[in-house]
Amino acid sequence: MTRISVNVDGTTYEDDVEPRLLLAHYLRDRLGLTGTPIGCDTSNCGACTVDLDGATVKSCSVLAVQTDGCAVTTIQGLAQDGEWTALQRAFHEQHGLQCGYCTPGMIMAARDLLRENPHPGPDEVRQALEGNLCRCTGYQNIVRAVLAASGHQDPEAASASGHQVGEEVSA
Amino acid sequence: MTDQAVAPEVGRRRLRKEDARLITGQTNWTDNIQVAGLLHLAILRSPMAHARITRVDVSPALERPGVLAAFSGADLTEGLGSLPCAWPVTEDIVLPDHPPIAVDEVRYAGDPVAVVVARDRYAAADALEAIEVDYDPLPPVLDLETALAPDAPLVHSDKGTNRCYTWPLATGESFEAVRDRAEVVLKRRYHQQRLIPNAMEPRAVVVTPLAASGEYTVYSATQIPHILRVMLAVVTGVPEHKLRVIAPDVGGGFGSKLQVYGEEALALAVARKLGRPVKWTESRSEGALATHHGRGMIQDVELAATREGRLLGLKVGLLADMGAYLMLVTPGIPILGAFMYPAIYKMDAYEFHCTGVFTTRTPTDAYRGAGRPEATFAIERIMDELAAELGLDPVELRRRNWIRHEEFPYTTIAGLTYDSGNYEAATDKALALFGYDDLRAEQRERNRRGDPVRLGIGVSTYTEMCGLAPSRVLRDLRYAAGGWEAASIRMLPTGKVEVVTGTSPHGQGHETCWSQIAADVLGVPFEDVEVVHGDTRAAPQGMDTYGSRSLAVGGEAVHRAARTVVEKARKVAAHLLEASERDLEFTGGVFSVKGSPEARRTIQEIAFEAFTNHDLPDGVEPTINAEHVVDPENFSYPHGTHLCAVEVDTETGRTRIRSYVCVDDVGRTVNPMIVEGQVHGGLAQGIAQALYEEAVYDDDGNLVTGTLADYLVPSAADLPDFVTDRTETPASSNALGVKGVGEAGTIASTPAVVNAVVDALRPLGVHDVRMPCTPERVWRAVKEASA
Repeated sequence: MTRISVNVDGTTYEDDVEPRLLLAHYLRDRLGLTGTPIGCDTSNCGACTVDLDGATVKSCSVLAVQTDGCAVTTIQGLAQDGEWTALQRAFHEQHGLQCGYCTPGMIMAARDLLRENPHPGPDEVRQALEGNLCRCTGYQNIVRAVLAASGHQDPEAASASGHQVGEEVSA
Repeated sequence: MTDQAVAPEVGRRRLRKEDARLITGQTNWTDNIQVAGLLHLAILRSPMAHARITRVDVSPALERPGVLAAFSGADLTEGLGSLPCAWPVTEDIVLPDHPPIAVDEVRYAGDPVAVVVARDRYAAADALEAIEVDYDPLPPVLDLETALAPDAPLVHSDKGTNRCYTWPLATGESFEAVRDRAEVVLKRRYHQQRLIPNAMEPRAVVVTPLAASGEYTVYSATQIPHILRVMLAVVTGVPEHKLRVIAPDVGGGFGSKLQVYGEEALALAVARKLGRPVKWTESRSEGALATHHGRGMIQDVELAATREGRLLGLKVGLLADMGAYLMLVTPGIPILGAFMYPAIYKMDAYEFHCTGVFTTRTPTDAYRGAGRPEATFAIERIMDELAAELGLDPVELRRRNWIRHEEFPYTTIAGLTYDSGNYEAATDKALALFGYDDLRAEQRERNRRGDPVRLGIGVSTYTEMCGLAPSRVLRDLRYAAGGWEAASIRMLPTGKVEVVTGTSPHGQGHETCWSQIAADVLGVPFEDVEVVHGDTRAAPQGMDTYGSRSLAVGGEAVHRAARTVVEKARKVAAHLLEASERDLEFTGGVFSVKGSPEARRTIQEIAFEAFTNHDLPDGVEPTINAEHVVDPENFSYPHGTHLCAVEVDTETGRTRIRSYVCVDDVGRTVNPMIVEGQVHGGLAQGIAQALYEEAVYDDDGNLVTGTLADYLVPSAADLPDFVTDRTETPASSNALGVKGVGEAGTIASTPAVVNAVVDALRPLGVHDVRMPCTPERVWRAVKEASA
């Protein structure tokens, strides 16, 4: 067992954990923060994406012990006083989710994109979300949601303009 | 259609009620459930496709820390029956025993062999490694054709054959006769590769026993809580009234959660043995092995036509991979497709023959479209081949053969009566949106100059049978259940409304759509309606959600129950207003007397009156609730036209979708936003079958695409932006006029994409590319054609 101190969504937790415990399981099973779901065991799906000290990570590929002294933000830490973030509102308004299982990870990944690139084009959004799989939406409305949250007045037109599948996007 | 026409909810782009909890992480997935004393179940699975089990020793697992129990298959046999197959499609079908856990023999890689129960999931997973199992390998059965040879090794040796069933259908003239008089006869073989559903939420089940009463609550990530309850009672012997099944938030299903799984029975059996709550959650790689697969068919298709392109007859021979066992509806999936091969076309003869084949692979069952995508693929691919053979434009060939708008209702050669549709309107709209003529011109130009990147245009026109209902038709198909759906409306004393539905959504937005339907009929605000679903105690009757049936059957039940509530309320209103029912108007939730609008009562006031029972008319019982069970007379038949333009690099084999346009007719639309979203998701799946996804086994029967690192689920970067539009011809099989939309995109898109790929390469001599059309397959097809 190893002692860790980690701040999750604004609350600091002191815990003894097995060194092999994954962050995803620590959040879900130990802290009861089940807003972060697990979708795969190969870190391909992105459902469990969280923010770790300002970087997005897939919490199924991070050990809880690695978060000692860190700050973690999950989907449950985004809304403040019941007020949704612009991204959360955009996912709702653009119908960017159906079953919603991938949604926490999508929102966390999109949040990271908008931090780095506040006004992405549709291809940049698609490339940025490549590590997050969705089986319901075909991604179109997810892309629109991210464009809407970034201030595009007409996300539908923006997402349709000039997008070419598989086109390389220069960083 | 409804009783009032004020600010209609139906047809409105309503944002979803469901979203609030999903967007904020306040969800209730099965794996989230924690109860005191919860134990974790882990399952040891066969590493071989086929083997005799000669020894299982679970005792070393018991020595591991945190382990409470471990059981072999033999330990669990008592009190655990065979898993059900509810669709024995023929009288002489071979129905093998299907134990939830293997006892003597394993028949696919992933077959459960032993289980461990521990205090946490890590301890349970660890302990699996300590279990000792000896296997005596048997030959795998992997190829559908050689499996039928007389000397083939057998999947179920006690059955003496790998042939599960043969199911023939022949209608109209004899196919031989029309073939003789045909001017063109084409014969093609198409492969429907196996697909792994990969719903984003892995399957999970939690069973909590109540020792004192012998009751069990089963939480499961399932599409079918009601059917699961019946079947679990049969499999485990726990009386049905002691079982409560809850489907909490369910993260996608696509048919893969339309199932009664061994893990559900095992969790219940173990919870019963130990008297403790038990949870099992699959990992993604476990899900790839043990959650049923889709498709898996070889289709031999023969089409006879005249030189002018008039279809004369169609013959389909099908080999369908059942996998190792028959799951809930495994044998029925190809039969659903049997009725759809003639699609929207008129012809004189149709012959269909299906053989179900056992193999030592994961069982197959319903997956997004279930039989209908496969059928549509075959007819739409061979129609393109016929167009090429005749030198006709593929759209023109379809025009010459489809059922014209004025001919509805039309009974097809397969015996289905299509009630409504307008193929011309959908096609013309799609062609215009797509810019068909311009793209054809560009294609000719690229071909002329020998551009290494070819442009291909693919069309697919389709219909499907949705609203799986008519119970008498299902009986004729030997399906062991009905197809009705139930709903009840409870007007609460304060005027709020509870809609209880028998459908069980997993992303489709029933809470929103059912609220829209009820709000319209009752004249109450959308926000005043709450939808209750997915719990056999709170919503006791239902047939659940699959096959795009929920709206056309379940939504219709809500609609009718709401209308009955209004009629009951009308009686009370007439009494209170001292008027005759005939003189009452009902608009916007208000009953008023014709000619004296000041004499009025709202339906909410009447709900309160009906609750107090202070002044109800004679013969009217307190409360104004209503319940309806609906069993429509016919299926519904959505249809549409999909167009895809691809650019295929003949030097690398890489396919890029340049544009995708579809116009779907799903009847009357309750919520256009949700319809569009469902089409998008369906397109993603259908395109993925065309270009990306395939379950691949090696020669020993090991699944080599067992994780998301090996199995290509497309990401946002792999898919295009779609252009979707609609035409609207109302269905006649329900009063709402709705048809269903969940599978439309999947059904139509696969042939549209493959037709486009082949169209791009046809000038190079390529006539087919096997799915998925990966760069390697395309590149090889080009090389072979030019060799």
